[in-house]
Amino acid sequence: MITAERKPLEEIMEFVKPHGRILLVGCNECVTVCAAGGRKEVGLLASALQLKFMKEGQTLDIKEMTLERQCDPEYVEELASFVDQADAVLSMACGCGVQEVARRYKNLPVYPALNTKFMGASERQGVWAERCQGCGDCLLGITGGICPIARCSKRLLNGPCGGSTNGKCEISPEVDCVWQLIWDRLKALGMEDRYEDIMPAKDWQTGRGGGPRKIIREDMAE
Amino acid sequence: MKTESVLEKVLASGNLAVTSECGPPRGAVPEKVREKAELLRGCVDAVNITDNQTAMVRMSSFAACVLVRQMGLHPILQSVTRDRNRLAIQSDILGAYSHEIDNMLCLSGDHPHFGDHPQAMNVHDIDSIQFLQMVKKMRDEGKFQGGDDILNPPKMFIGAAANPFADPFELRVARLAKKVKAGADFVQTQCIYNLDKFEQWMQGVRDRGLHEKVYILAVVTPMKSAGMARYMKNKVPGMDVPDEVVERMAGVPKEKQADEGIKICVETIQRLKEVEGVSGFHIMAIEWEQKVAEITEKAGLYPRPEV
Amino acid sequence: MNQFEPVIVAFCCHYCAYTAADMAGSQRLNYPPNVKIVRVPCSGKVDAIHILKAFEKGADGVYVAGCLVGDCHFKNGNLKAARRVAYVKQLLDEIGINGDRLEMVYMSAGMGERFSQVARDMTQKIRDLGPNPATTASTLKAEQAVA
Repeated sequence: MITAERKPLEEIMEFVKPHGRILLVGCNECVTVCAAGGRKEVGLLASALQLKFMKEGQTLDIKEMTLERQCDPEYVEELASFVDQADAVLSMACGCGVQEVARRYKNLPVYPALNTKFMGASERQGVWAERCQGCGDCLLGITGGICPIARCSKRLLNGPCGGSTNGKCEISPEVDCVWQLIWDRLKALGMEDRYEDIMPAKDWQTGRGGGPRKIIREDMAE
Repeated sequence: MKTESVLEKVLASGNLAVTSECGPPRGAVPEKVREKAELLRGCVDAVNITDNQTAMVRMSSFAACVLVRQMGLHPILQSVTRDRNRLAIQSDILGAYSHEIDNMLCLSGDHPHFGDHPQAMNVHDIDSIQFLQMVKKMRDEGKFQGGDDILNPPKMFIGAAANPFADPFELRVARLAKKVKAGADFVQTQCIYNLDKFEQWMQGVRDRGLHEKVYILAVVTPMKSAGMARYMKNKVPGMDVPDEVVERMAGVPKEKQADEGIKICVETIQRLKEVEGVSGFHIMAIEWEQKVAEITEKAGLYPRPEV
Repeated sequence: MNQFEPVIVAFCCHYCAYTAADMAGSQRLNYPPNVKIVRVPCSGKVDAIHILKAFEKGADGVYVAGCLVGDCHFKNGNLKAARRVAYVKQLLDEIGINGDRLEMVYMSAGMGERFSQVARDMTQKIRDLGPNPATTASTLKAEQAVA
C-alpha cells in the first residue's frame, strides 16, 4: 500500500486557520490500512482541530467524510454537493488523492493533511516498511523476491557494499542490509551461483528518471 | 600491459607496488594538496586522491588529481557513484585522461548520512561494479556506456575496493570475483589489522586463482594513538581491529603510542610480504602523510623501482 | 465560583473497575462526585476518539480503568487500552491540552478502596492543573458533560 503519516498539527493549523468552513476527507484504502487517513483518523483529526480552535476561543465548522478512494474520479465526484458549503478541503489521502480532489474542485484550496511516505507492506501490526520504488522494470525474479532498489540505502544492484555489518546497513543498526537478506534467500533457494552474475547498469527511463509516467489501456480508455 | 600507467608497469614487472593517499582540503586551497603530495614524492608509485570522503564536501578529486599530476606525481582518481551519474563520471574520465591521469578507483561511496550534507540526494545511477564495467568498455572497446564511439578512448588502469572484513564474510571472495569479472585490474583492500582473517580471505582468493587475475594491494594504516585504535574498532563500519592491537597500543605510554603505531604498521607489512598473492601496499596515513617515507624505508620498500 | 470543580470522565471496564466502583459504594467509601463513570465491557473498547470527544465536550480530565495486568477478562484488552492512552497523551500534548489530564489505571474487582483513592487522586491532580483550556476559552458550560 501507499503509506503516509499525519503532518504535525501546527502545520495543518496553518492551512486551516484562514478558512471558516473545512471539508475533511478521508480515504478507505491505503491510508486506512496504515492508520493515517481513514474514517477513524478523520474523526480524530476533526476532534483535535476542534479542540485547538476552542483553545483560541473559536469553533471550527468541519464536515467529515470518507471516500472509498480519492484517486478515482467517480468517488471524488461524491464531494460535489459538499464543497459548496466549504471554504477549503483538507484531504487525508495520499498525494494521489489530494491531487485528484484538487483537479476536480478548482475553486477552493485543497490541502494535504498527510505526508505521503512510501510504497510498502505491513511487517506486522502497526509496522509498515518500504518495499517498492516503482522502477518500472521489476527485477524481483532475480533477487529472490527482495528489492535492492527500494531497500538498499545505496540502490546497489550488485551489493553488498563494504559497510554491511552483522546483517545491518552502515547507516543504522535498525536497517537491514538488504543484500544480506538477498544472499540468505538465494542460499535457501539453492541459487547461490546467481550471485556472481553481474546486473548491468539500469535503464532508469522506465522509472521516474524518464519523466512522469502514464499507463493507457487502449481497450479500456474511452 | 593494458595502459601506460606507471603503477601498472611497477606491478607488471613483479615489484611490490606502493601507493598512498591524499585527501583534498575542505576549501579552495591548492597549496594543501601540493604540500601533502610533496611528502609522498619518491616513496610511492601512485597517490590516491579521495572523493568527498565520508560524504563531506572537499575539493574535487579531479581537480586535486590535476594539481598532483602537474607536480610530476601519478594520481589515482577516486570516484564515487554517490555523487554523480554516468554522464558526469564518463565526462570526468575523459577530462582526467586529458590531463595524463591514467589510474582510477571505482567506488560506491559512504552514505550522505555520515557527512555534512545528509539532506542530499544520493545519486547511485550505477553501482561500483557497473562502474568498473563502464570504464573497461571505454578503454577496451572505445565506447561510451550508451554505445557510441569515443574519440581517443581513455586508457585507465582500473581499480576497485575489496573488503575482506565486511559481512557477510562468506561472500567476500565471490565479491572480489565479481569485481574482477567486471573489469578491475587492481584492488585496494580495507585497512588490515586482523591478519588471520586477511590470510583466510587470501586463501579463498588463491583457491579461485583470482590473485593471478588482479593485483591486490594490501592496505595498512598506522595508528596514532590508542584512542584512534578504539575509534576505528567501534565506530567505522567494515573495519576489523582485534583486541590485541588495541591493547598493544594502550599498553604503551601516550607519548610512545605514535611510534608503536608505526611499528605495528611496519610489522604488518613485513608479514603481508609473505602472503602469496599480495602485489603491493597502500599506506593510508590520513593526515599523517609525513610518516609514509619512514614506513616505506623501515619496511624495505624504499627506493621505488625505476620503470 | 471560587473553587474550580473539575469534571472527570472515568471509562471503567465492567469486569474489574466498574465492579470495584460498586464495591466502594457498598463499603460506603467516599469518592468525589467530580468523577463520572462510563461503563465499558472492556477497557480495550475505549478508542482514541472517545477520549478526545470527552475533552471536546468539556471534561477536564479522563482516565481509563482496566483490570490488573495479566487479569484482563478479554486477555489483553487492558494492554491495548494502555497503548492507546499513551498515544492520546502525546496527541493531547500536540494539541496543547497537556497529556497529564489523561491516565491509565489498573485495579481488580475487589479493590473498592483503590477505586476511591484513584478517584480522589485524579480529582486533585486535575484541580491543580486547572480547567480544560479548550473549554475555558469557549462558551461551553462545564456542566454540559459527557454523553
